[in-house]
Amino acid sequence: MADVLRNVDFFNLDELLTPEERMTRDTVRQFVQREVLPVVERHFANETFPLDLVPRMAELGMFGANLKGYGCVGMNNVAYGLIMQELEAGDSGLRSFASVQSALSMYAIYAFGSEEQKNRYLPEMARGKLIGCFGLTEPDHGSDPGGMETRARRDGTGWVLNGTKRWITNGSLAGVAIVWARTDDKIAGFLVEKGTSGFTTRDIHGKFSMRASVTSELILEDVRVPDSARLPEARGLGGPLSCLTQARYGIAWGAIGAARTCYNCALDYTRSRRQFSRVLAGYQLVQSKLVRIMTEITKAQMVCLRLAQLKDAGRARPEHVSFAKRNNVAMALEAARLARDMLGANGIVNEYPVIRHMLNLETVNTYEGTFDVQTLILGRDITGENAFE
Amino acid sequence: MKILVPVKRVPDPATTIRVLPDGSGIATDNVKWVINPFDEIAIEEALRIKEKQGGEVVLVAVGQQTWQEQLRTGLAMGADRAILVRSEAALDTLAIARLLAKIAEEQKPDIIILGKQAIDDDSNQVGQMLAEMLGWPQATFASKVEFQDRKCTVVREVDGGLETVAFDLPAIVTTDLRLNEPRYASLPGIMKARKKELKEIPADSLGVDLTPKLKIKKLDPPPKRQAGRKVASVEELVQVLHNEAKVI
Ligand SMILES: Cc1cc2nc3c(=O)[nH]c(=O)nc-3n(C[C@H](O)[C@H](O)[C@H](O)COP(=O)(O)OP(=O)(O)OC[C@H]3O[C@@H](n4cnc5c(N)ncnc54)[C@H](O)[C@@H]3O)c2cc1C
Repeated sequence: MADVLRNVDFFNLDELLTPEERMTRDTVRQFVQREVLPVVERHFANETFPLDLVPRMAELGMFGANLKGYGCVGMNNVAYGLIMQELEAGDSGLRSFASVQSALSMYAIYAFGSEEQKNRYLPEMARGKLIGCFGLTEPDHGSDPGGMETRARRDGTGWVLNGTKRWITNGSLAGVAIVWARTDDKIAGFLVEKGTSGFTTRDIHGKFSMRASVTSELILEDVRVPDSARLPEARGLGGPLSCLTQARYGIAWGAIGAARTCYNCALDYTRSRRQFSRVLAGYQLVQSKLVRIMTEITKAQMVCLRLAQLKDAGRARPEHVSFAKRNNVAMALEAARLARDMLGANGIVNEYPVIRHMLNLETVNTYEGTFDVQTLILGRDITGENAFE
Repeated sequence: MKILVPVKRVPDPATTIRVLPDGSGIATDNVKWVINPFDEIAIEEALRIKEKQGGEVVLVAVGQQTWQEQLRTGLAMGADRAILVRSEAALDTLAIARLLAKIAEEQKPDIIILGKQAIDDDSNQVGQMLAEMLGWPQATFASKVEFQDRKCTVVREVDGGLETVAFDLPAIVTTDLRLNEPRYASLPGIMKARKKELKEIPADSLGVDLTPKLKIKKLDPPPKRQAGRKVASVEELVQVLHNEAKVI
């Protein structure tokens, strides 16, 4: 299995990247090649997250890479996207870790935190010393986070939190949880540190997807926090939703990475495996599948590159990001399923990365707004009709 | 310690190389270019020396404007500054060694660390030529480099074993595969590299005879591997190995 991480670049899009962007991509790809691929199947099998990779990722500057100041590298959004793409070419769980750390947790503090909160948390998080998680989803409220039941009640100068968050990536690993809760008038965000009395976590097991990523439940029972733990600039549901836009942006890039690995595997496999009179890649039905994946990967790359330009220019709308998340994840899931099919029986074993990506992508399709939720966002945008309720 | 590290741009070893139909060169579209892997090892060694005893790591490349990218990668790994000796024409090893000797006379490094060879043409000549031109001691194929004051000890990989040599600085060392594992350019390193000095000097301004002494007449791709053959039994295998292959 030679170099499954290699580029798929039918239109020489590499030429559109700056040397720095290419260097960033190469660094992350080398990291995945040397440090992730050798251990990822074991972690997926054991349902563990490769925590020992976190200091390495921090040292290389991967956390909050597109944020400025506070110990973050301050790269542009193309470079940030390429980081996500390369991480997910390794495993969606690893990219999830980076997304949750960077685009959800650090970004929430960066965008909505006080200066004191930023100085206290962001440098530690960039250095990987402090892991964050982002608690929005609840057992009874997924696509509809506005219906959340977790409550924050005023208590003297502070707050008391009660409720349950579910499906929270990095939940039990996190030193700080960003918990979104309903106050009397609006939804607000709170920084709840590990060990705060009344705050516990429980990991979710039995997953068939994202097994190399920790997914937890956050349980808040009369958790008291001072008002300084509230994100002062987050007012209403727009706060968490703008974090989701950041994370969806990274997912749109990441999905290309997963699809690329599956494609490279299927291409190598079908070019060497013979059935009947020739190699599989010599049959039209197989070529049709390969061409379909290659075409879709190429289109997804173009969407991401344009989206990154718009984002760097401050002109990307959340709907642009929804377009990319919806299209690219569906494309990657289909690519993984087709690749799985082309590998025959070998497609179901962990000797090849394809089935792992395929299973992971089921989560990617669902989280941060399902495929259909993105469809409704786009539908609302082009028709002016809100079909959510 | 001031360390000079020459750097060459080569096709990524993982790229499939296609020879042009007329044999005049290789097809370069869609080729990914990287720092010659042995040069990467040289940069890593230079950075480790600098981290231990301080000093400066200066990269130098002889090539076209596009080579800036590999120099920037080296700067992102942690080198301090870089010099690009601009030459549009491809030069042979002798001309390159002459240019490097000029740069060395000007920069006055304590040590020059080079890759033992470039993985594209596998010449394995520049380090040795440079040592001769400068009149410096050389230790090629290094798998270990150590210093004590102005003395350097190098363990060399030679046929069938290791050889340890000691010499005074300034000197030339060329790297072998097992010397170290190069770091990757970190993202903060990539950002810092932006602001580091990358100076360009035209090759023909250095007063060196660049006339090629060597001409590449033709490139041929390696012959296609023959498909294997199936035999029906162990007896037949032994027969074939004995009678046809004549290996047993
Ligand atoms: C591994 C993993 C990690 C996760 N990590 C996090 C995390 O870190 N933080 C966090 O807050 N959440 C996280 N999530 C939760 C994730 O964001 C939610 O699962 C997701 O938003 C969908 O919510 P749900 O599962 O409740 O599905 P539901 O909302 O119940 O949706 C079920 C189905 O109904 C469809 N549907 C819903 N509403 C409509 C509608 N109006 N019209 C038509 N169809 C509709 C959906 O598209 C979907 O197909 C994670 C989930 C997983 C699986």
